[in-house]
Amino acid sequence: MGFLDQFWQLTVDGLMSGSLYAVIALGYTLVYGVLQLINFAHSEVFMFGAFGGIFAARAVMGDGGDVPSGLASVGIVALGLGVGAICGATAAFCLERVAYRPLRKRNAPRLAYLISAIGASLFAVNLAGKMWERQNVTIETPFTNGEVFKLFGATVNTKTVVIFATAMAMLIMLDTLVARTRLGQSIRAVAQDRDTAVLMGVNVERVIVMTFVIGGLLAGAGGFLYAMTFSAAYNMGFIPGVKAFTAAVLGGIGNVRGAMLGGIVLGLVESYGGYLFDASYKDVIAFLVLVAILMIRPSGLLGEKLGRAA
Amino acid sequence: MTATTTATTPPAPPAGQPGPARGARATLAAALLSLNGLRRLGTYLLLGLVAAVATGPDGTADEPLGAVRDSILDPRIVVFLLLAVALWLVVAAAPLARPLVTTLIARVREPVVASGLPQHRYAPIVTNLVLLAIAILAPLFLSGAARQALVNDIGIYALLALGLNVVIGYAGLLDLGYIAFFAIGAYATAYFTTDKALPVHSPFLLNPFLVMPIALILAAIAGVILGGPTLRLRGDYLAIVTLGFGEIIHLIANNADNLTNGPRGAFGVPHLSINMLGLEYDWGNDPMPYYYVLLVIVVAVMIAFGRLERSRIGRSWAAIREDEIAAEATGVPTLKMKLLAFAIGASVSGFAGVLFASKQFFNPQSFSLQASFLVVTLVIFGGMGSRLGVVVGVAVLQGLAYYLRDPVPPTDRYIYFGAVVILMMIFRPQGLIPSRRRKREIQLSEQGVGGADSLGGARPEGAQA
Amino acid sequence: MLLELVDVEVSYGAVTALRGVNLTVDAGEIVTLLGANGAGKTTTLRTISGLLKPRRGEIRLDGEPLSRIPPHRLVELGVAHAPEGRRIFPTMSVRENLLMGAFHNRRHVGEDLERVFALFPRLKERISQDGGTLSGGEQQMLAIGRALMSRPRLMLLDEPSMGLAPLVVRTIFEVISQINSEGVAVLLVEQNAAQALKIANRGYVLETGHVVLEGPAAELLADDRVRQAYLGEDVGEQPGIEPDTTVVTRVRKS
Repeated sequence: MGFLDQFWQLTVDGLMSGSLYAVIALGYTLVYGVLQLINFAHSEVFMFGAFGGIFAARAVMGDGGDVPSGLASVGIVALGLGVGAICGATAAFCLERVAYRPLRKRNAPRLAYLISAIGASLFAVNLAGKMWERQNVTIETPFTNGEVFKLFGATVNTKTVVIFATAMAMLIMLDTLVARTRLGQSIRAVAQDRDTAVLMGVNVERVIVMTFVIGGLLAGAGGFLYAMTFSAAYNMGFIPGVKAFTAAVLGGIGNVRGAMLGGIVLGLVESYGGYLFDASYKDVIAFLVLVAILMIRPSGLLGEKLGRAA
Repeated sequence: MTATTTATTPPAPPAGQPGPARGARATLAAALLSLNGLRRLGTYLLLGLVAAVATGPDGTADEPLGAVRDSILDPRIVVFLLLAVALWLVVAAAPLARPLVTTLIARVREPVVASGLPQHRYAPIVTNLVLLAIAILAPLFLSGAARQALVNDIGIYALLALGLNVVIGYAGLLDLGYIAFFAIGAYATAYFTTDKALPVHSPFLLNPFLVMPIALILAAIAGVILGGPTLRLRGDYLAIVTLGFGEIIHLIANNADNLTNGPRGAFGVPHLSINMLGLEYDWGNDPMPYYYVLLVIVVAVMIAFGRLERSRIGRSWAAIREDEIAAEATGVPTLKMKLLAFAIGASVSGFAGVLFASKQFFNPQSFSLQASFLVVTLVIFGGMGSRLGVVVGVAVLQGLAYYLRDPVPPTDRYIYFGAVVILMMIFRPQGLIPSRRRKREIQLSEQGVGGADSLGGARPEGAQA
Repeated sequence: MLLELVDVEVSYGAVTALRGVNLTVDAGEIVTLLGANGAGKTTTLRTISGLLKPRRGEIRLDGEPLSRIPPHRLVELGVAHAPEGRRIFPTMSVRENLLMGAFHNRRHVGEDLERVFALFPRLKERISQDGGTLSGGEQQMLAIGRALMSRPRLMLLDEPSMGLAPLVVRTIFEVISQINSEGVAVLLVEQNAAQALKIANRGYVLETGHVVLEGPAAELLADDRVRQAYLGEDVGEQPGIEPDTTVVTRVRKS
């Protein structure tokens, strides 16, 4: 089958993974927006969310038995998302406390933050490996994964709809939060000028913590969606982490809508590219995209400002 | 006039204030029992619990909370909780002891002189000779297995860490895919020295010694290709690009069966050997000859990098770290200099790859992401920018890892390495044996003067906020 | 006493920026802080706002020390700061910038917006324009307006005339007087000594981190040393102000 025959199916697949990248990318972009730092441990926040979500879903579903349907399915997915989000937020909160705040108190150089985030990532990955074995953990899909509708001949199944719709809902919620709420107002102020934000009465420490927590909520819920589709493992965060970061840079790091757009574009590029080239090198595509953007348009598609959201 | 003089005298303590000791005790109690104090106790207890889980029994995925439960039920938990409470008391008491400590430190710390660097240039020569003697004699007292570790885990990694130190310590950049260059060196060796190790081989075969310059150049070229587009921008992008690059090299090593033999790895790379001018010697399987070659190389690299650090190039790196804009303005080609540091680091890594490949069998596992993180950990622990610190750091951490291999399985090792990295960054960012200049830079940068890295872009300001 | 600095010492690393500054601002006053570049004027304001921590000495607001108050709470206590370089949020609109000023005072937003627009009609014309695209004068108006939105008792203004055309400078100074006449105390940092002393009640002259001269504005304006050093007037053989003197010279004993 040629590329054109597969085009719509690849598009559907790309949109699904792209929406997940977008959700994770927001964590990078938010933290970058307020701290001008790449949060290297964000991929581990995602991992903890994934484990939390699927453990919760599995505890409710039990082993084997029938595939849940109807309200039960909705409930299980919601539970997984919720617990995943909470686990992600908790992980992000602890991360900020342990690896970032002590350095900020001291006004450490930026290199120190990067290194300490690497340390946190190393610690978290291997702790998870120790606690939950170093292997893939999967769950049964909590609903019947049938075809929902066809899009130009491409099959769109339930899982794709669930993931895409949930991701979009989260993106819209976040966009509203940043553009319309008082918290969003203070996040934008801190991102644009931290000292002046303080002069306006913004509690910067609180904003930073909340930024991590919001990024963690999203990444955690995204982790559950990812783990439901593929699997969870102690080192699962790395690849999606690099891709989400690429998505953030692609859209313009620090820019909320940019991260969303970047995620979708990256998902599509990767889906088409994986088909045209060798599938086993699919992960390389994201990296090539990253290097290409850095060379061609380092400020990303939409530019690097957190604050354009209104 | 009068107004100022009264203001400058310290206010007299109000009458009826309790004596300092009783006052201190009351302050301590207040600090402990306040909302903040209790919250801090909770944090420490939680940290104690995390430590208990990290050092405790393994869990399984079938029982997500099993590991936590087992750790809580284990009697060891008492030790961790007691430690947490002790830490809580110490931290609460610390502000009271601070005046004492600061006067002590002020007495010990030398005056602030920016140019106070070169005096120590020749002073530690005795120390260095003693350390060298230890390094020469130490293996004689070690078992066979320990000697192997001395070469594989300490010698090779000391060389790697010295190379990465140029990137992190001198240039103030972060390279997270450092081991990829090591892999390039190792695979290049397999390609050029034998027709048996890999599915492909060079049309002419070379002695491993002759591959060294080739590997060095290949790694440097890879470094420039990677660093060129990245370093033009903020330096923190370098970290993530190298991270991705490291993973890609690993991926290729693992997947390209017809090039790299895939996961089976390369077997049968010849040992180092000399056969010229009537001199014939083969390094063979014994680790000792390798150890001494490595020792010579490490010492040579240390001396060379010492000279480099004090050269024009080294000064340019220091200038870039401390104030990139000023450096640029005084004519330092900042991009070129950063790229140079990155390429030098990469070439040392490639060079180490040759020694590694000729010493032993290798497969893609040797070039995993964790290996890169390990080298970062070693540099940070020893002291970025400090050659001696880096080498001693490697010896200490890798030595510990070797001697604790029974209580701490290799997979768990990285939990501790991660913790070491965070703790170093919080409490001693300058490392075990700091470079004086780096230490000063970090201190000054924390006080808002100059920088201590060359990541470029805005530094988070107003951290007091 | 509304604001009081007692022997405040601030340093950046090894460099000491303020070496024991004593300064007071009473309710309803305009006090100006004069001095050359690097004398420590901005440092003084940033220290009052809590962006810098004094190494020694104390800052009191209504007689209460500020050392334990986090800097973001200062707005609630009635201190607003229009920082050096205006520091407008560049991708927020004029309206959003003003709303940031009202971050802690959300009850009277509409009324306060009207008040700011009455003072600076230009801002109303630019209401939905991005802060970063305004001219320098408009940005300064916005910075002052933004500070006003918190309904302060004390405004810290850092070089509001910097880089502005003379006509705009006049508008700004007029507005400062008007704000002051509504009961807001102002601590005004300026290099434009003549203008500042004209609207101020009292003044301080800062040199290399010391207060070297203080007194009522009219007398500072008449003081030969001030005239020579800051107003660029030739007053003959009078000695300049010694840069490193630790002695505060009072123009008039009060």
